Amino acid sequence: MQMASRTIAIENTKTNEVTEAVFEHPFVIRLCHWVNAVSLFVMAGSGLQIFRAFPSFGAKIPQKDLLNWPKSLAIGGWLGGALQWHLTFMWIYLGTGLLYLGYQVFSGNYKQVLFVSRDISGVWPMVRHYFFFGPKPPLREAYNPLQKHAYTSVIILGVLSVATGFAVWKPIQFSWLAWMMGGFHYARLWHFLTMWAMLAFVFGHLVMVVLHGWNNFVSMLTGWKKDPEYVAK
Amino acid sequence: MKARIDKTKFKSTSRRELLKLTPMIALGAFAIPGLQESLLKTGLGFSDWASKLLFRSGHLATTFADSELTPFSKFPINDYDVDDPGVDFDRWTLTVAGSVQKPGDYTVAQIQALPRFRQNTRHVCVEGWDVIGRFGGARLSDFLKAIGADLSARYVYVECADDYYESLDMATALHPQTLLCYEMYDQPLTREHGAPLRLSIPTKVGYKQAKYLTDLKVTSILDRAGYWEDQGYSKFYGL
Repeated sequence: MQMASRTIAIENTKTNEVTEAVFEHPFVIRLCHWVNAVSLFVMAGSGLQIFRAFPSFGAKIPQKDLLNWPKSLAIGGWLGGALQWHLTFMWIYLGTGLLYLGYQVFSGNYKQVLFVSRDISGVWPMVRHYFFFGPKPPLREAYNPLQKHAYTSVIILGVLSVATGFAVWKPIQFSWLAWMMGGFHYARLWHFLTMWAMLAFVFGHLVMVVLHGWNNFVSMLTGWKKDPEYVAK
Repeated sequence: MKARIDKTKFKSTSRRELLKLTPMIALGAFAIPGLQESLLKTGLGFSDWASKLLFRSGHLATTFADSELTPFSKFPINDYDVDDPGVDFDRWTLTVAGSVQKPGDYTVAQIQALPRFRQNTRHVCVEGWDVIGRFGGARLSDFLKAIGADLSARYVYVECADDYYESLDMATALHPQTLLCYEMYDQPLTREHGAPLRLSIPTKVGYKQAKYLTDLKVTSILDRAGYWEDQGYSKFYGL
């Protein structure tokens, strides 16, 4: 079994204690995760500065601002600077995304993350556990069904962020893409909403990292998850 | 059967896996003030290079029905300085120079003698807003042919009555929807919209569509790329 081959027992020769560890995150995935964390931060920050230049999705005349996003929470300082950040990091963001997707598909590692039909039945028990103090369902693999749902969704959001971004950047050369989104004007709105959906994921993701402890965090750095609860003792 | 390893060995294995991530430190170069500017300039340059590859000369911008037009009164007047630089229409000419067979001063009448095209196209501002306007004028490509321009030159460079200046890659200059515009909404161009002559380039973002033109030069070497470009905007910004 693939899972067993990645599981090892760590022996402490002094105390004779044995802990389990599973190699959960291959190098490419870890690299993509952290590069993406940086580029998402830059893309959102510079995107918000770009948005500040016209903080509306309506007409220019008369202009009704949606919100006044503070400059201190944006990257680039001015529209031109923000565009430089955005148009530079979009290639890093896109490259990381393609590397990630390619690696997941060709290595078969996607099975760990992809939410499939047999995960559906496990969603509600997890929701009950997290939000309504229900019992914790037993974990049989690296991610629980709700986690898989979140990770699969955010990958789809990633694809959407690139697609909506290209529709805003090149509404004529990619006219079919812009057309699918209701034209340039609405593509800009979808791009904006996709960002907020991704930021909502990031917020939840960070909360869960804090709640679920050090071993979980370290696993995204070294690949190895110590003492995973789903490995039989 | 699970592999068993010693705790110390596990530590060194983990450390090696962690160290594999060190190339990520390269991203930190973006935080170094001395490097940041040139890295971002390179990034923007790469985007412009990709934009040139993505540009298709035969691909037309979407045109719209008259019913979809933004009313003329709601078409924004955007300039970097003054709405009306006070062009003297009686004395106005477009001064043509550079790699052309027929340099010199061209009048509005000479430009209006070329076939007129009218199109309802979307005007997209770099800030993010967009309007659909009706523009009329001569194809820049027709004018370039009329003045005997070297079409293998790389750029068309323009200067304006308000000291604004812009440059256009030749492929976009030759695009059939790129107009030397003297009409908006079937009326002569008003002063605040760039009378007597402006550029209308539906495949470009707004700041490339210079108003109040006074000079046009065909060249392969640019001393200046454009008013905004020289402050850090994209030189190509094609849509």
